[in-house]
Amino acid sequence: MNLHEYQAKKLFIKYGIPTPIGYTATTRNEAKEAANKIGGELWVVKAQAHTGGRGKAGGVKIAKSISEVQDFTEEMMGMTMVTHQTGPSGLPVNLVYIEPGSDIDREIYLSILLDREEEKISFVASAAGGMNIEEVAEKDPEKIFKISISSASGLMDYQIRQLAFGVGLYGDQLKQFALILKRMYALFKESDASLIEINPLIVSRTGEVIALDAKINIDSNALYRQKEIIKMRDPSQEDAKENEAAEKELNYVSLDGNIACMVNGAGLAMATMDLIKLHGGEPANFLDVGGGATSDRVAFAFKLILSNTNVRAILVNIFGGIVRCDLIAQGVISAIKEVGVNVPVIVRLEGTNVKKGRALLKESELEVITASDLTDAAKKAVAVALKS
Amino acid sequence: MSILVNKDSKIICQGITGKQGSFHTEQCIEYGTNIVGGVTPGSKNDSHLGVPVFDTAEEAVRSTQANVSMIYVPAPFAADAIIEAADAGIELVVCITEGIPVSDMVKVKATLKSYDCLLVGPNCPGIITPEECKIGIMPGIIHQKGKIGVISRSGTLTYEAVYQTTQNGLGQTTCVGIGGDPVRGMNFIDCLGLFQADPETKGIVMVGEIGGTDEESAADFIKSEVSKPVVAYIAGVTAPPGKRMGHAGAIVAGGKGTAKEKYKALDAAGVATVKSPAELGSTILELVT
Repeated sequence: MNLHEYQAKKLFIKYGIPTPIGYTATTRNEAKEAANKIGGELWVVKAQAHTGGRGKAGGVKIAKSISEVQDFTEEMMGMTMVTHQTGPSGLPVNLVYIEPGSDIDREIYLSILLDREEEKISFVASAAGGMNIEEVAEKDPEKIFKISISSASGLMDYQIRQLAFGVGLYGDQLKQFALILKRMYALFKESDASLIEINPLIVSRTGEVIALDAKINIDSNALYRQKEIIKMRDPSQEDAKENEAAEKELNYVSLDGNIACMVNGAGLAMATMDLIKLHGGEPANFLDVGGGATSDRVAFAFKLILSNTNVRAILVNIFGGIVRCDLIAQGVISAIKEVGVNVPVIVRLEGTNVKKGRALLKESELEVITASDLTDAAKKAVAVALKS
Repeated sequence: MSILVNKDSKIICQGITGKQGSFHTEQCIEYGTNIVGGVTPGSKNDSHLGVPVFDTAEEAVRSTQANVSMIYVPAPFAADAIIEAADAGIELVVCITEGIPVSDMVKVKATLKSYDCLLVGPNCPGIITPEECKIGIMPGIIHQKGKIGVISRSGTLTYEAVYQTTQNGLGQTTCVGIGGDPVRGMNFIDCLGLFQADPETKGIVMVGEIGGTDEESAADFIKSEVSKPVVAYIAGVTAPPGKRMGHAGAIVAGGKGTAKEKYKALDAAGVATVKSPAELGSTILELVT
């Protein structure tokens, strides 16, 4: 689960990580109020959407007057933020965050993450702040410094020094940096985060180290024990269909193609998409209906798939293991009857009781195209989708 | 021969009285697996499915001399159960549970270093040595004793590979589902090393997927340490970046962990890669005969 910048900054403030104090706004009036509370002569208006690259997409603007703060707020409200991370459909902006402008001397990149390669929590820092870290990793890997934390010792002072010296922070700034790292580490652990990224962390002209941006991702597996964090969820930033699927314990991801798939198991679901592509088609979605492919779940899955109007064919690929193929076939048949599927359905069944399952499909008199194996299924689906 | 488990393995099930634990333990017993007991803390029943139920793993191991534990404990309590098993002297823990917080697994991995205990999973179908011992949720019926070692990050995709090698008569020595989580127990490398050392394993089928760099590490390992033929398939060529594809670990993040990179590394290591999972069986058949 992702948090908005303003939510992440609230957590920063709670944990004593220095960050500019700002306010959210949705209207001109609220914007004015926020700017007045902040005071000063320079404000930053930031669109709140779950994506990076907001600056380039017009979602971060510097205002030199209160009326400019109001204008930018109005401009950003309701806009659709399209960045390299969001894809062409973009994300809606329903809120802006207004904070005082900062006097920047230099910018640093800092993040803490669950590092799957090290199987530890790691900090990553780079002197090239404000830049996309992946870009830095590609062009100047020697500018990136990483420390991994042992669960037994926790974050050690020598590690903090390693990072600080790596990015060129000494003396008083090292002290400030050390506090920020310790507090980030505490926040990371206590909120079950998978990533906290500050890009940029700045050194101001007066020598203060401040988190100017804030990005927090939370491990979805741990949400059951994060009662406060889960309240920060913003469904408007998520795919409605994917959420609806998740409620029924289905894994669904929308894609741009026209051949829908319904598969049991995540690996096989990915493989089915790959097979469609391999044989010249384009998958419309990833969909894992899980081990218990009952008729209820299958019926819901058909509805979900068909709500995408691009779909020209549906490929059902089930490997019956513990759940027998004849039961799955019954599920598919009753679901097709119930939902009223109006595009060709290709079914490939394999595994336990496969003969019974195939016989049931044949006897059903539904226009189901049966496939003998994976390759046959993919080829038939691609051929049918091209025709219709 | 086989790796990790065989007919002499003595297995307990942690979470045996739960819905999942109960259902699958029964299937395992039917398959002929030597289930010697179960653990459910504070359970009122002394026995379940014909085996004794204990309050603690320590008690279960003491009474049954079990050396393997199969875990179905719900995600919030699974990390505790894994470490409890290790602490009780279990040599191999197979954790089926899906949805364990990653930070819990980080702690588990660090803790297991001080025990002589291997972990398979979590979020995996389990491990099976056909006709001897089935530990997990895989359908026993599709397996057949034989000469191929199977290692996979995915459940049903493993069954595809298994089914194909059963159909073409090769059969399997042992199949290990290492699981779909980003931080997990045994990895490709650990299993590759064991299959290389097992005289009955004549070839290895490896099924990877997007996310992380474990397939790349496996490629390096195969180049220097594995002389037996290896066939590999990687799922997720068409997966969009930044999206979790069902498994917690199946995500292309920051341009890393793509199927393309994995194929490149495996090809460079001399692995016979296939672009379709339908070709796993026929390709390994060609290489071992």
